[in-house]
Amino acid sequence: MAATFQPAKTWREKVGLAEMLKGGVIMDVVTPEQARIAEDAGAVAVMALERVPADIRRDGGVARMSDPELILRIKEAVSIPVMAKCRIGHFVEAEILEALEVDFIDESEVLTPADEENHVDKHRFTVPFVCGARNLGEALRRCAEGAAMIRTKGEAGTGDVVEAVRHMRTIMAQIRRVQSCREDELYVLAKEMQAPLEFVRMVRELGKLPVPNFSAGGIATPADAALMMKLGAESVFVGSGIFKSGDPARRAKAIVEAVLFHNDPKRLAEISRNLGEPMVGISAATVPPEQQMAVRGW
Amino acid sequence: MSSPVGVLAVQGDFEKHLQAVADVGRTGMEVRTPEDLARVDRLILPGGESTTVGLLLQRYGLGEAIRRAAAEGMPLWGTCMGMILLAKEIEARRQFTLGLMDIAVRRNAFGAQVHSFEDAVELDGFERPLLGVFIRAPIVVRTGPEVQVLARYGDRIVAVRQGVRLGTSFHPELTEDRRLHEWFCRW
Repeated sequence: MAATFQPAKTWREKVGLAEMLKGGVIMDVVTPEQARIAEDAGAVAVMALERVPADIRRDGGVARMSDPELILRIKEAVSIPVMAKCRIGHFVEAEILEALEVDFIDESEVLTPADEENHVDKHRFTVPFVCGARNLGEALRRCAEGAAMIRTKGEAGTGDVVEAVRHMRTIMAQIRRVQSCREDELYVLAKEMQAPLEFVRMVRELGKLPVPNFSAGGIATPADAALMMKLGAESVFVGSGIFKSGDPARRAKAIVEAVLFHNDPKRLAEISRNLGEPMVGISAATVPPEQQMAVRGW
Repeated sequence: MSSPVGVLAVQGDFEKHLQAVADVGRTGMEVRTPEDLARVDRLILPGGESTTVGLLLQRYGLGEAIRRAAAEGMPLWGTCMGMILLAKEIEARRQFTLGLMDIAVRRNAFGAQVHSFEDAVELDGFERPLLGVFIRAPIVVRTGPEVQVLARYGDRIVAVRQGVRLGTSFHPELTEDRRLHEWFCRW
């Protein structure tokens, strides 16, 4: 047969990969060794970074895309998909990550934004993107720009799940509101949410976001991960929570199992036993406004 | 009344398969435990990450239960990751599989996500080609004597059958074409 090879420029392959990651845990790693620990623990993907969010927060300064050398070494170390972060609006960092053939790009508020108005036009890339959101309007604006996956922002690097909960509850409540309103009320609702009308219509039809909806930002324990799944997350990102804890391999494995058995408190009790010290964390409420990551992007 | 069609719901795109099963007029059921498996008459293993699902199959006895059900003749269909899990052997890797099909597979045979693609695939016994959606897809690099090759893409083997066990590199559940689900649900 004639094999007319078409690379993944279509929506189906982009969202398709996001579908394959459902029900899993995506872990931040800063070395090839950590990437292998994550893979062995059952991570569905790793996020290759120079510093986890907790260290970015501690160090201050400008946080940028990681060194390509590090990303390539992590890619070599594992067989699962490798993601990497570019700064909000920094489409050249995104082009570099695409050239490195990472499997997903996170246009992330954890890094210092490069553009205070425009996000990356994600449609013109072959590689799929994931973007953070705090509410439905923000999620749908990112979808309109071509994001193939949405994750709640939470407040990265705190180990405090409160913001992730707030953002997930907000998105789910707004989806319910879209579903329950009259057809002729959608116009004003779209205006209020500053979201494109056709995407608001899609949410009404589907009863969910048009792309998979994951959770991130502050998840530190198996119970946190299970909580986010029960609130509507389809997978979770765990950043600092694993490799800033006392026994990363063990905690990583436990969080993977907690996502699978999020509806089974008895299993969760077993899974949560004897995991060693969790990351110390800081209360998200005490993070001064200028150091909050979730407010970056719009 | 027939038993439900099981979809392994450990991790991956199992919801898409459940939808496809419903589209062909059958009741689907999420399978996470050996008890769930006992209630279904066939099992679809979806796309996802084979390392993740392999670990969880080993840890909770579900892998052994699937092997027992297969020995008693339960039809099995693996798409992408599912086919990897059914394989006897994974090229150049030591990783858990169920070993229920006499094939060797190569993971990520087309490369990273930027090389994922879709194209027409001609399948033995089907009049019109199917749309093959290949996402970080595996291929079959060796087949045993009892394995029938159902489809190739170029010279690569992308669909195989051994008795009532079926493996496809691609994802019919991500398309609107329900012919493969219809076929498998009749076995």
